[in-house]
Amino acid sequence: MAATLVLIEHDRQQVKRPSLHAITLARQLGGEYALLVLGHGLDAIAASLVSCGASAVIVADDAALAEPLADRYAAVIAQAAQKYGAKTLIGSSSTFSKDILPRAAALLDAPMVTDVLALEEVNGERAYRRPTSAGSMLATVKIEGDRCVLTARATAFEAPAADAAPCPIERFDFDPASLPNGMQFISREQRASDRPDLTEARVVVSGGRPLQDPETFERLVGGLADALGGAVGATRAAVDAGMAPNDYQVGQTGKVVAPELYIAMGISGAIQHLAGIKDSRIIVAINKDPDAPIFQMATYGLVGDLHQLVPQLIEAVRRG
Amino acid sequence: MKIVVPFKSVPDPYAGPGAAAKSVVNPFDEIAIEEALRIRERGEATEIVGVTIGPATVDEQIRSALAMGVDRALRIDDSRALDPYAVARILRALVAKEAPQLVLMGKQAVDDDSNQVGQMLAGLLGWPQATFISKIEFLENKTRAQCTRETDGGLEVIVVNLPAIVTTDLRLNEPRYVSLPGLMKARKKPIEVLTCEQLGVTVQPLTTTLSTARPPKRAAGTRVESVEELMVKLKQEAKVL
Repeated sequence: MAATLVLIEHDRQQVKRPSLHAITLARQLGGEYALLVLGHGLDAIAASLVSCGASAVIVADDAALAEPLADRYAAVIAQAAQKYGAKTLIGSSSTFSKDILPRAAALLDAPMVTDVLALEEVNGERAYRRPTSAGSMLATVKIEGDRCVLTARATAFEAPAADAAPCPIERFDFDPASLPNGMQFISREQRASDRPDLTEARVVVSGGRPLQDPETFERLVGGLADALGGAVGATRAAVDAGMAPNDYQVGQTGKVVAPELYIAMGISGAIQHLAGIKDSRIIVAINKDPDAPIFQMATYGLVGDLHQLVPQLIEAVRRG
Repeated sequence: MKIVVPFKSVPDPYAGPGAAAKSVVNPFDEIAIEEALRIRERGEATEIVGVTIGPATVDEQIRSALAMGVDRALRIDDSRALDPYAVARILRALVAKEAPQLVLMGKQAVDDDSNQVGQMLAGLLGWPQATFISKIEFLENKTRAQCTRETDGGLEVIVVNLPAIVTTDLRLNEPRYVSLPGLMKARKKPIEVLTCEQLGVTVQPLTTTLSTARPPKRAAGTRVESVEELMVKLKQEAKVL
């Protein structure tokens, strides 16, 4: 039995670091929690999770789960929640969780709160703080009943310490033949990159429309990111203009980042973009428009032509 | 093929600061409407049914959907503050009644940002789902749909059996502008009004928003005059390099 199940995300090689941050929310809720991993060939991944303070690592390992298809995954997750008597199901805010967990919530007849930022207490009752309207408002939400599904904003919760005594790994048995069969995986874009993951990087360098074309974008944004050992992000406009791939988009409908250092180049600061960066510790803005809204929230602002300034900055970083 | 497009009325997210925000069709749902129209224009759909939930004040946004080209519009009359799970349960009853081959809707509403209803509806119906899509094509005499999904790791392609729930991401299409004659014509189209009771569904929202607040504002920092000055600040003041 476990009061809470935390769904762990992985890429077949290793656990996605942000998904571990959801464990911290499970700890804050109190009670025992178990980690749940689905996939195929999970021995190494399961073994990497035993020191996270969970009561168990529950593994659903089967060829039928080789790809994260929502109908199958939600069915197995709901079965596991029922078997272990878990009242709360948590994942981190990612497209993986957002695809699968609402479906699991419906199967469990449970309400769901997306993007939890913090736990609150209102008149002695538990409540959840979450952003709405592209982060321009914070709502405090209460849930009726004793069951719920939550996604945790990884940037709002620390990574948990992994120094607990090892917990058991339990195999979750289910009947693969009983799973839904209406979805089929075809392919996934593979892009080799030596750069760190956008949502995990200590430094993120992002570019907007003034970067003009993919070559300039790569030379200036990619060049500075590489000099700093950082990740590359982009605005919706830059992605729409074909300068950067879709999954580089940072903002309300893209990724939420909170690095130590965020450098915004040629980004005016639409509210939808700012929603994805405002918890960064240091924000640097480089823009030729002195009135750009990004300067209202940047720690350091530099007004000027990025085609001149950024090569200088890359050079200065390289010099150390 | 019949397509149901559920949509939500939301405050205009592009209204300038201080301006009284008028209501609009949720931008992601507008993309869903546009895609349904394109599917019909390619001869792959015969009817598009738009549906929303709310009081009569949302009729304005229903007119926008009709003006874009939706064939028929339904409003489920309910003025309560519903949560995504309540909306999904109401839509399940509506989908059971309309029996479409495809439900196409936005991946999230830009006011609530929950990103739940489509997936919950798929779970309740036991239908396949394709979320956050940037492309859809029909296969095998429209018994299946191949969808490109936008995920954190890049693009993913899946095939779903129909009927299915499909939710739209930003880059699926650019919605058309509503023409004035379209808007005039839409004024004459009927809006069918249903109640939850007529749909045979009783739902109570299970989540309640107790309060809302503005987040603390990030203070504007300092302007620097040169790359050299920026480097000094980053090293000595912010200690981030």
